[in-house]
Amino acid sequence: MQKVILKRLLQLIPTLLIVVTLTFVATRVIPGDPVAALLGEQYDASKVDELKAELGLSGSIPQQFLDYLVGILHGDFGDSYYFKTSAMSMIQERLPNTLILSVTSLVIAIIIGMILGIVSAKHQSGTLDYVLTILSLFGVSAPVFWVAIMMVLLFSVTLGWLPSFGMASIAQDGFATFLRHLILPCACLSVIPMGTFTRITRSSMIEALGSDSIRALRARGVSERSVVWKHALKNALPPILTVIGMQFAGCFAGAVLTENIFAWPGMGTMISSAIENRDYALIQATVLVVALAFVVINLITDVLYMVINPKVALDAENGGM
Amino acid sequence: MEAKVLNGGAISKEAQAAMIRKERTANNAWHKFSRNKSALVGLVIVCLMLFIGILAPVVSPYDPNALDVTATYLPPLSEGHLLGTDDLGRDLLSRLIYGARMSIVVALGATVLGGAIGILLGLISGYAGGVVDAIIMRVMDGMFAFPFILLSILLVTILGSGVFNVILAIGIGTVPGFARVVRSKVMVTKNEEFCNAERVLGASPLRIMFSHVLPNTVSEVVVYATLNIGSAIISEASLSFLGLGILIPTPSWGNILRGGRGCLTTAPHLALFSGLLIFIAVIGFNLVGDGIRDVMDPKMKK
Amino acid sequence: MDDLILEVKDLKTYFFLASGTAKAVDGVSFQLHKGETLGVVGESGSGKSVMSKCVIRLLEKVGRIVDGEIRFEGKDVLSFSEKELRSYRGQDVSMIFQDPMTSLDPVFRVGDQMMENLRIHRGMDKAEAKEVAIQALRSVGIPNPEARFEAYPFELSGGMCQRVIIAMALCCNAKVIIADEPTTALDVTVQAQVLRLLKNLQKENQMALMLITHNLGVVWDMCDTVMVMYAGKIVEKAPVKSLYSNPLHPYTWGLLDSTPSLAGEHKSELKTIAGTPPDLRLTGTCCNFYNRCPYAQPICTQCVPELVELEPGHLVACHRQTEQVHLKRGEEKNGG
Repeated sequence: MQKVILKRLLQLIPTLLIVVTLTFVATRVIPGDPVAALLGEQYDASKVDELKAELGLSGSIPQQFLDYLVGILHGDFGDSYYFKTSAMSMIQERLPNTLILSVTSLVIAIIIGMILGIVSAKHQSGTLDYVLTILSLFGVSAPVFWVAIMMVLLFSVTLGWLPSFGMASIAQDGFATFLRHLILPCACLSVIPMGTFTRITRSSMIEALGSDSIRALRARGVSERSVVWKHALKNALPPILTVIGMQFAGCFAGAVLTENIFAWPGMGTMISSAIENRDYALIQATVLVVALAFVVINLITDVLYMVINPKVALDAENGGM
Repeated sequence: MEAKVLNGGAISKEAQAAMIRKERTANNAWHKFSRNKSALVGLVIVCLMLFIGILAPVVSPYDPNALDVTATYLPPLSEGHLLGTDDLGRDLLSRLIYGARMSIVVALGATVLGGAIGILLGLISGYAGGVVDAIIMRVMDGMFAFPFILLSILLVTILGSGVFNVILAIGIGTVPGFARVVRSKVMVTKNEEFCNAERVLGASPLRIMFSHVLPNTVSEVVVYATLNIGSAIISEASLSFLGLGILIPTPSWGNILRGGRGCLTTAPHLALFSGLLIFIAVIGFNLVGDGIRDVMDPKMKK
Repeated sequence: MDDLILEVKDLKTYFFLASGTAKAVDGVSFQLHKGETLGVVGESGSGKSVMSKCVIRLLEKVGRIVDGEIRFEGKDVLSFSEKELRSYRGQDVSMIFQDPMTSLDPVFRVGDQMMENLRIHRGMDKAEAKEVAIQALRSVGIPNPEARFEAYPFELSGGMCQRVIIAMALCCNAKVIIADEPTTALDVTVQAQVLRLLKNLQKENQMALMLITHNLGVVWDMCDTVMVMYAGKIVEKAPVKSLYSNPLHPYTWGLLDSTPSLAGEHKSELKTIAGTPPDLRLTGTCCNFYNRCPYAQPICTQCVPELVELEPGHLVACHRQTEQVHLKRGEEKNGG
């Protein structure tokens, strides 16, 4: 198994390199000169070179790329053009807030989504299954920003139950206030992943429940509870894990929009203001951090996959993957 | 043998023929699809949306950009404005109808564009294997690592707003998905007997690729593309909602929702209807996609 | 007989499909006694697997038992509650499926699965279960059982997996073993070993064995009684010796003719039965074999032949044979 993990780690290198290259290229082909944009219309020509050097825009493109790479390896993701501070420190400041929001949402979505999916698969073709299938379809089809606005309209504007924006700190405002601020964004953000998990769990469980080994277990008199919640679930887990890994990225995408609507001080609001400010370095750094996180999460999913189903590891070792 | 000439057989020819007919209809793709009620609902939604989008100038009661400062923020069911008006007195229904047209253009355009590139890359990657495959798939992995919306945001920021740029931004984002779907199917197909037979007969790799392997990927591509149109609609709306995609005054569901967000208390109908349409349209495409998948892959259903 | 264990009476199992109702099992009756080995032979689709699934009440959703009775030690299996069913399956009746590799849960260790069974059916604690399981693995001839206990199913060969499954049946002291083509997926050399193991264990533990197979050679080696099934019906049932020495149904003749024989000194050409089995959605109005039977007569297309005992213990469902016996008996009467 270590061999396979090592192989996966080695495979990461080209992927990471491509991610870095893509972000680099993307920000270099931007039409318009960020330097001119920053200095305003009347600028001192002498300041151009200075600023260029500061922004890492001097020298030839390959030279710039090399500098950029070396910087990343040292944990230097460049400086925000607009705020003139290290992009990394800004990200570090915002990242925990986004994590609180997205991890909570994802955990809720995983728990509820998987339970609904299992129940749905257990009662396949029944009324409950039908209702859950439609609900999960609604979940995956819902535009998260619209759900957010409608929730604000209902729970904040009309009913006045919950605050419609901002984040509270546990230390200053207490846990209850913190929670009240968390509920709406969290509910919005978990809608799509919940639908996705219900769907994948359902189809994966149906396949597992129909397999010969499950039939054999039933023939051996294993209780239905053990068949469904222990055996079938463990067999059905790998594809669900893959989707969970992918939804981490999806959840971040949702976070950009959700944070925007609820004025949640996370990376999502940061990136939208960076877009408004045309702060390319900050966009670049954020995108890179998110992409790196995604790659790492996918690696973790792969490893978990092998822990759950050791046969996968064996196949991979034999060059199957 | 005498058994052959027996007549008065209990299993008559007619009964057998009738059963074969019944079986054929039961297995017929359209018949299977049409038995699936939710897929039919989806099809109705999709057709309705296409119909309205194509005939937008005919069916919309007003010019979507016609201003009327005397009638701003009219609620739904106002006289002359079925769904009310927005902050500048423009008719919401007309703007939503033109928004449908925009959604279709962008979503279809992006899917066709991304699909064309993705299918080609997947085909080459899967068929060639080896180094070519490794390079293409690593690049695809790299693109996959960007959350879809971030990639689009980044691209639109680079390219600027406008219909074509939005199509390009969303389209590029869909390339890796298509490439993966096609590749995995190609890898299975290329080793099947009929391809080997073609190879033995001396067909060129290009010929095998396009006239034998490609047609075999159709069902996977159709399913993926249909589901992808749904997510492309959401992507366009998200970008426009963020003020990046289709910019006002050109109507799009996303930017109408963006406008409606600012006046939730005074005119909630703006946000309600524009978002509801996005929701319904996406459900429509997802239902059709699911329906097609169930027909193509009987294993999934039962 | 008092050592009767399993009795199936007029079992009818239909599959309700969109295109019609398939009569997968159409009126099957048989009895199984302690220590007896019953062979069930027939082509694929003849209903033998469906019948065995009915016995442990493990049918696919589209299938339903529409009529008949299944009695295990006198108890009505069809009215079992979910809980009774669980102890009936596995503890009373053990099923051995065709493909051993897919009969074990691939993501749990062999030992865990054996222990789960022992805990359910014999209420053992972990340590005790482990001991019994390893003992059982040893008794089915698995070398180094302690190591195999910790293995995942995919780390074992097909033959090993089948032994593990047999060991599970042993652990739970099953009274009936239903083996559905237990050796089809195995190598030829392993097949014989597994069958011998099954036979020996059955002798030792006085279990009843129902062996479903399409291999008549296996039946000859293993079974006491044979049941030949065709299109959901029993067409012939007889003690093994009697079936081989005096097969009565034309379909059985076809089966015997199409069995390759290595021992035979004359290398006759292998015969096959011409034609295909009928569609199960259209059966039930005549003799199901009429379209392939070289001896068919108009009566064969008009009514369903009954299963009639023509010789002691030897039953057959064929109009022609019944006719002949009637004729013979008639002659005797006239003569006498």
